[in-house]
Amino acid sequence: MKAQALRPILVVTGRGLPVRGDDIDTDRIMPARFLRATSFEGLERHLFEDDRASNPDHPFSDPRFTGATFVVVNRNFGCGSSREHAPQGLARFGIQAIIGESFSEIFLGNAGMLGIPCFVADHQSIDRLQTLIEHTPNLEITARVDSGDLTAGPLRTTAALPAAMREAFVSGQWNPTAMLLDRFAEVRAVTERLPYLNW
Amino acid sequence: MLRQHGWRVGFPERTFATVDHIVPTNERRRPFVDLVAEEMTTALERNCREFGIHLSGPGSDEQGIVHVIGPELGLTQPGMTIACGDSHTSTHGALGALAFGIGTSQVRDVLASQSLALDPLKVRRIDVNGVLAPGVYAKDVILTIIRRLGVQGGVGYAYEYGGSAIDRMTIEERMTICNMSIEGGARIGYVNPDERTFAFLRGRRFVPSGAAFERATKWWREVASDRDAPYDDRIAIDAASIEPTVTWGINPGQSVSVGEPIPEPSGHDAVEEALAFMGLAPGAHIEGTRIDVAFIGSCTNGRLSDLEEAARVLQGRRVAPHVKALVVPGSQAVGREAEARGLDDEFRRAGFEWRQAGCSLCLGMNTDRLEGRQVCASSSNRNFKGRQGSPNGRTLLMSPAMVAAAAVAGQVVDVRSMLEEVSA
Repeated sequence: MKAQALRPILVVTGRGLPVRGDDIDTDRIMPARFLRATSFEGLERHLFEDDRASNPDHPFSDPRFTGATFVVVNRNFGCGSSREHAPQGLARFGIQAIIGESFSEIFLGNAGMLGIPCFVADHQSIDRLQTLIEHTPNLEITARVDSGDLTAGPLRTTAALPAAMREAFVSGQWNPTAMLLDRFAEVRAVTERLPYLNW
Repeated sequence: MLRQHGWRVGFPERTFATVDHIVPTNERRRPFVDLVAEEMTTALERNCREFGIHLSGPGSDEQGIVHVIGPELGLTQPGMTIACGDSHTSTHGALGALAFGIGTSQVRDVLASQSLALDPLKVRRIDVNGVLAPGVYAKDVILTIIRRLGVQGGVGYAYEYGGSAIDRMTIEERMTICNMSIEGGARIGYVNPDERTFAFLRGRRFVPSGAAFERATKWWREVASDRDAPYDDRIAIDAASIEPTVTWGINPGQSVSVGEPIPEPSGHDAVEEALAFMGLAPGAHIEGTRIDVAFIGSCTNGRLSDLEEAARVLQGRRVAPHVKALVVPGSQAVGREAEARGLDDEFRRAGFEWRQAGCSLCLGMNTDRLEGRQVCASSSNRNFKGRQGSPNGRTLLMSPAMVAAAAVAGQVVDVRSMLEEVSA
């Protein structure tokens, strides 16, 4: 098995797209009917489709935010279903990182596998960042994976990644399949020890 | 994803597949009328054949929702680590396994390497002590836990459930509790294996028998947490304080007991947004809310005991004329067992449709969906906006017995009033 090239992700720069609200679940990010396919192709077209239909001012429909690199969210973003289709849609839309108050664990794991760092900042900083973007959509945001430094115009704050996610992006091992396969002999050794495989 | 890289499935003998989210529950002849479901099922069948994976396919008598058939077949055992591409994998923790949901890329990792790169979780012990009142079920317990701790309360935690009320629960009831851990933010739900667990497992297809079962039981006992085990957090809930519970909002933490008023917004945007979506008034009672659809099923409440409790309420009663009601067994085996007991006839007589096993109306991935702004009394697990297939459809989560009662009354009603009449 050949190892994949490591690709560290140390800094993300670009414009933002604010999505306000706590507990935004993955059914809202990517409604279930768009999971009826055997590939992730074209999912970017269906992000927040039902929310956008009921709210013409939804930020994902707002041309001012076209070309955004970051989504800026509040608490418990991506809760609910484990569908990877949610971060897949975001990635295919061009989103390279998410900044939020907190994330559902399954969503965080899925985003990490796709090379999307999820930065965590306090409520005040997030609210300020969302307001800044709403007023100045072309504001340039820079978020550093290693130090957690976040700058956006007048805003300078800390937006740290969860420790394991930071380590994965700094080392470049955020897509761990190759690493896991490199250690397949160890996995085999563990299976020899597991009683329930050999009653 | 595996083919792309030329990878094989590392442990096909430890890998199992079934079809649940997309499978039609009314007509099973192939090809399915739903051509997308047919295409996805065919792809799964081909992949399982090529990679040597055991598939409980749509024609198999062991097919069903993965979280129902895993325990049913005895695939789920104490001390195992179980991962599946579905957030309700936490269900399997009811048998003392560590089980959690993952996304597609992590499924690829598991298939290729039988391992995952994960962060350790903290553990919160949740003791439910005392006795549940009649008409109060495991569903009410977990809805109450989520209401008290919040939908974000479990992020970073595994939930270990214990206490005298959990100790007395059947394995099926414990599955309902563990199943919805993820709705409280906890990726894992877990109950220590005990004598009930071992009795449940004995004789199941993938469970060792004879002397091997005794060896297994000895090890399973060791898996359980020590009495003085340290926890990162502990909370206790009085079982007697729990009442039949119904959600009024757009996440599973937004619930009230059936006799309690719906909360006032009090400056919370979230409450306002939820009430606007649901078309409910603050301060009103959830009891009396008119329903259009009644759904009994899902990985939360689609097991035999759930169907029995619902059928008990339906004795001598009929579904209100304006309500579309369906019952979808969680697995073919649950369906067969229910039919052997005549439950299918009881449901049909009462005006329910009797379906084949699948996820059905829990989520809009198959042909069962809400229409327009319909209100559904549902024994499932999520009341998110659009969850049941219509962008504006509305979901009221409750126990299967409460769903049956709502189907009869045509509106949300306290099931205890109907149970009293049954026992009187």
